[in-house]
Amino acid sequence: MAFYVVQFLTGLASAASLFLVASGLSIIFGVTRIVNFAHGAFYMIGAYIAFTLTERFSGAFGFWGGVVAAALAVALIGVLVEMVLLRRIYHAPELFQLLGTFGLTLMVEDLVVLIWGPDDLVGRRAPGFKGAVDFFGQNIPSYDLFLIVLGPVVLGILWLLFQRTRWGVLVRAATQDRDMVAALGVNQKWLFTSVFAVGVFLAALGGALQIPRDAVHHAMDLRIIVEVFVVVVIGGLGSIVGAFVAAVLVSELNAFGILIFPKISIILVFLVMAVVLIVRPWGLFGKPEAAARKTPGLTVNPWRPLTSNERLASLAALVVAALLPLFAGNYALTVGSEIAIFVIFAVSLHFLMSVGGLASFGHAAYFGLGAYGVAFLAKLAGLPMIVCLLLGPLLGCMGAAVFGFFAVQLSGVYFAMLTLAFAQIVWSIAFQWVSVTGGDNGILGVWPASWAASPSHFYWLALGVAALVTIALRIAVFSPFGYALRATRDSVLRSEAVGIDAKRIQWTAFVIAGTTAGIGGALFAYLKGSVFPDNLGISLSVDALVMVLLGGVETVSGGVIGAIVYKALNIWLVSQTDLSKLVLGGFIVLIVVVFPKGIVGMLEVLAQRRRKSSPPGSSLLAKPIESAE
Amino acid sequence: MKLAVQDLNSHYGPAHILFDIGFEVGEGEVVALLGRNGAGKSTTFRSIVGLVAQRTGRIMFEGKDVSAKPTHEIVREGLGYVPEERRIFTDLTVEENLEVGRQPKRPNAPHWDREKLFALFPNLGEMKNRPGGRMSGGEQQMLTIARTLMGNPSLVLLDEPSEGLSPKIVEQMVDAILTMKKEGVSIVVSEQNLHFARLISDRAYIIERGRICFGGTMAELDARPDIRDAHLSL
Repeated sequence: MAFYVVQFLTGLASAASLFLVASGLSIIFGVTRIVNFAHGAFYMIGAYIAFTLTERFSGAFGFWGGVVAAALAVALIGVLVEMVLLRRIYHAPELFQLLGTFGLTLMVEDLVVLIWGPDDLVGRRAPGFKGAVDFFGQNIPSYDLFLIVLGPVVLGILWLLFQRTRWGVLVRAATQDRDMVAALGVNQKWLFTSVFAVGVFLAALGGALQIPRDAVHHAMDLRIIVEVFVVVVIGGLGSIVGAFVAAVLVSELNAFGILIFPKISIILVFLVMAVVLIVRPWGLFGKPEAAARKTPGLTVNPWRPLTSNERLASLAALVVAALLPLFAGNYALTVGSEIAIFVIFAVSLHFLMSVGGLASFGHAAYFGLGAYGVAFLAKLAGLPMIVCLLLGPLLGCMGAAVFGFFAVQLSGVYFAMLTLAFAQIVWSIAFQWVSVTGGDNGILGVWPASWAASPSHFYWLALGVAALVTIALRIAVFSPFGYALRATRDSVLRSEAVGIDAKRIQWTAFVIAGTTAGIGGALFAYLKGSVFPDNLGISLSVDALVMVLLGGVETVSGGVIGAIVYKALNIWLVSQTDLSKLVLGGFIVLIVVVFPKGIVGMLEVLAQRRRKSSPPGSSLLAKPIESAE
Repeated sequence: MKLAVQDLNSHYGPAHILFDIGFEVGEGEVVALLGRNGAGKSTTFRSIVGLVAQRTGRIMFEGKDVSAKPTHEIVREGLGYVPEERRIFTDLTVEENLEVGRQPKRPNAPHWDREKLFALFPNLGEMKNRPGGRMSGGEQQMLTIARTLMGNPSLVLLDEPSEGLSPKIVEQMVDAILTMKKEGVSIVVSEQNLHFARLISDRAYIIERGRICFGGTMAELDARPDIRDAHLSL
């Protein structure tokens, strides 16, 4: 019994840091509507700076002063980031800020290695909390007890801050209606900056307080950010109390899951999150989201099919690409195949995101399922390659059919989070069900048949499939189904009013996107000759998001261009520099600031400017609209 | 001149909404902006306070051109805005809603505080701690006006204050607006309801399809039934 109590207390202690970080994320999202991917990075910098300060300055004052000073320093960095980067992109398309903060995260991951080195750093123990308390023969570190008390104390302070100060009232008001707050004379800029500073301070404090418990290392950002997303979603976005309760829930699930259900310990948390999202999409303590106040006329470029000239140009580009094996070596061809595969992956997500308006954070699940599908068929059933390629993606299709059914019941951020949860469940199954999937060791020896074995043949295969998939999805965009899907994207209510079964259309789109991703995954398995759980991991899902956003989410061909640029740059950078993440992250941030519409979006704007040099507003389109209000 | 709007043009994306809007409001005057649904009344107000991104023209407030300023600075000059859809903060209590609107005293404008506003809108005083989401439409409308008055504006843009209210509440609204006027607040009120506008206004402008097509005193408007019937649905 005492053992379980101790386990429970350990869970509570872990919850403290998680709560700090999650509440910060929640506050920032509530006001700025930015899903701050860099939140984990701030947590990590907090830990690193606190490590340096506490090593440098001795004594209790050195330690506690160092922890607080680290959090303040990181908050200052946060203010800089907000003023230099985020202020420029608040009005960019939704989720574009995610790309910017993701770029930032990449940069930070390399920067901390540059400054503090790649090794794990074991920090000092907290003065006054070095020992352990005996509890019926079980030891509880006294620092854990400190954290257990700290959690509710911080909750109380935050509660007072939000309920009893003018700043708190303004923040709560801005969470609901930013424009109205400005229309009452409040300077939004500084409100946003201060909110961001507080949120980042909490994240960094959470990181700094971890040093007596855990080693500081350069991958701690990704680990925490996923858990924090889960906590915030379970608790309800924008709810501090919710973040606290969910942090405790998640930490206890982690603490006891490993004891009671060791086989499914990793997915337990995600299962709970999925159930919460399905039953109560806005989280335990959140409120149903009011429909976003859309400013009319933001997306003013209507989509159109390619003109015949553009078709010829695309065809020419394809022919040029197909000629690559004539002069490129095997390495270049392998890279080319990989890029082609990622074009398939990116256009599949692009179809869901741009056409369907459904931003999936877990699209790699279906890519990976396709890969595993092929691996099972090839290794276990011993089927020939062509059969595997045709049937393998069906696993992605089935996964998308099951998960998509639940996911499309939600929208916006909640949709994104549910898809993330599903992807994590699939990942955990692949990781933990060792007898079938090989777990971490993956499934090896998935080699292509002899007709596709040579790099040039495989390249042509990948390129051909990529071209077919891209053309097929493009046709779908301009088909009646595509129109219906875009109608649900622009307004579910209005589309249903004209007789479109919105959920069904969205579900279909989800299945199409999942199956297409599965096709990419199937090819990927053959390209690499193996399948690993990473093929359905979060970082791959994020890659897909970045590719789509980079290309331009409001454009038709953004996925293709984004995939080519991102993947080529990524592969090239890794071969050129040890600091590839820093350069890539910097490049992404630059793109976000300079070309907030993505690469294709930027090209379209340039093309339009060339077409008509008259200023906007005085053009032929300027007709009175009677229903304006 | 308290407020002078000149050559105001606004766009939503490619759509041109307002065409060369111009009107004036004198010190302490109540001016009605009349027009049908969709004529451009709300867009005019939103453009004046800078909530419409694409707009050109001059907005002279107390002799200064404020058109280049961001929304919060325009409002801080003393130009208050009461939106049509009420847009109260539903999670915040009545008192907290008022707190969001609070701004420092202004030398050239009447000063409002909670007590004075609760005297103006007695209903609000009885529900200080009620969340805005659990109030009736009329109470919400009062709260929206009170919240803007907390900023001590010298001029208020009131967007359709009588819309959707019961006759009894409309009566209270008329009293409140007349009290505001007596205190020295200049008011521009947009209305579809000519009867309501007549009770409170000194002058009126009519807006139709984004253009001002009439401007004059209420008596001058009454002398032109042709204009009234053509542009206002009665």
